[in-house]
Amino acid sequence: MTKLDRLGPILLPIAMILIWELACRVFEIPAFVLPSPLLIWGALIDNLYIIWFHASQTLFTTVIGFAIAVVFGAILGIMVGSSRFAYTSLYPMLVGFNSIPKVAIVPVLVVWFGIGAVPAVITAFMLSFFPIAVNVATGLATIEPELRDVLRSLGASQLDIVRKIGIPRSLPYLFASLKISITLAFVGSVISETLASNRGIGTLMTQASANFRIPLVFAGLVVIALMGVVMYAIFAIIEKRMTGWATRGTTFGVGG
Amino acid sequence: MKNLVELIDVSLTYGKTLAVSNLSMKVPEGSFSAVVGPSGCGKSSLMKLVTGLMPATSGSVLVDNKEISGPVSIVGMAFQNPNLLPWRTTLQNVLLPLEVVRPERHQFRARREEFVGRAMDLLKIVGLENFADHYPWQLSGGMQQRVSLCRSLIHQPRLLMLDEPFGALDAFTREELWDVLQAIWLERRFTAILVTHDLREALYLADDVHVMSNRPGRVVRTVSTSAFSRPRNEHTFIEPAFNESVMELRADIRRQRMPIDVAAVSQGASKVESKA
Repeated sequence: MTKLDRLGPILLPIAMILIWELACRVFEIPAFVLPSPLLIWGALIDNLYIIWFHASQTLFTTVIGFAIAVVFGAILGIMVGSSRFAYTSLYPMLVGFNSIPKVAIVPVLVVWFGIGAVPAVITAFMLSFFPIAVNVATGLATIEPELRDVLRSLGASQLDIVRKIGIPRSLPYLFASLKISITLAFVGSVISETLASNRGIGTLMTQASANFRIPLVFAGLVVIALMGVVMYAIFAIIEKRMTGWATRGTTFGVGG
Repeated sequence: MKNLVELIDVSLTYGKTLAVSNLSMKVPEGSFSAVVGPSGCGKSSLMKLVTGLMPATSGSVLVDNKEISGPVSIVGMAFQNPNLLPWRTTLQNVLLPLEVVRPERHQFRARREEFVGRAMDLLKIVGLENFADHYPWQLSGGMQQRVSLCRSLIHQPRLLMLDEPFGALDAFTREELWDVLQAIWLERRFTAILVTHDLREALYLADDVHVMSNRPGRVVRTVSTSAFSRPRNEHTFIEPAFNESVMELRADIRRQRMPIDVAAVSQGASKVESKA
């Protein structure tokens, strides 16, 4: 990586913020339409405690929902990927379920569980398990048939094949999906909080916009984005650690 | 010598296609057999039949004088693609069958040292003892194929099934691996069945070469190579008898081709010309 490559992810946001700030000043955009970055920063600092109060709730519901999604999605993926019967019977239902806008389910969840953390956890879970299940299933379903034959001819059961080959083979797919799913989980919990909660970034933003405190709304957005980036980075690091073998070049050998 | 594998009048139907029919073949214990034939003649079906991965539609497949009804675990397999597991080192890849096959899988922890010793012995024969801790991506194609060979032999199978194991390698590496395989076989004397479309490879390595017909496949001729002494080496290739056998086998395979209607081809060509 050159120096420029490394600086890119820092320089680009800084440039964007500068242009934003300039545009707000030059065109005299009112703060209740588009607050300038300085105003947003001010709102962030002034409301630090209240933002933390709400953000910690969002982080909590997201992580819980996501954790359930990882366990459920991985088990579902293993089932769908390793059994033809499970694949043909479950897949259409999964796709159908995933097509339902989750916003439409939140009111139902509120009827069942009341407002608060539970609907947020469930929404986060519902949005994030699908990519995990699909990716794990793909990793399992694409085992080379010859490799399967090698093990089957040795008397291996389907479970042996899944354990020895399927699961390690689907790990890169799993970690790739975790990066996508964690950001989806944030979307889920914020949607739920926006509609029905007393606590959470979504709630904060709804209240702030009702009071025309637009800089605070944007501060909330910034916090969500930051949390998403941090979680994504954590999983990117874990992915690199766990499945380094999958991202290495496969074509260069030594001699022979 | 008793036959380890015997196919008697075997047929196999895949869906609606008849892949092999009236296939009969004998493979004596400890011998090296090769199967050659035109593409699509059911060589891979033969692999699946003998290993018990697919049941015969009719006829019987005897392994060790018993009719088989499911996967026979006395078999080792290697394919054109080495199929190594990228998250395992060379040594761990070679040990994989012992984690699966009975009874070794239950003794894997207790006898680990012995198993590792066995794997290292094999790696030494193929010249990879210094690459035991390398990952597959650090090995060349030929080296990966050697690892795959070791993996197919680690559980000391009585029958080794090879499905075009050298098909994807360059000519030099391929001939090198012929000698590697011959060396292992001369030392261990397991029974081997090699499916290939390289006639020189078949004659060089095998005791018996079986020629298969077009689909539905059956054995049309069996050629013995007992005239060429072992161990075979580069001088074998220039023996007149060797080259004669290659020519004969080639003629056999050509006879199995789909007939080409020469008259129809030239007619079609003249039509195109007249249009132009």
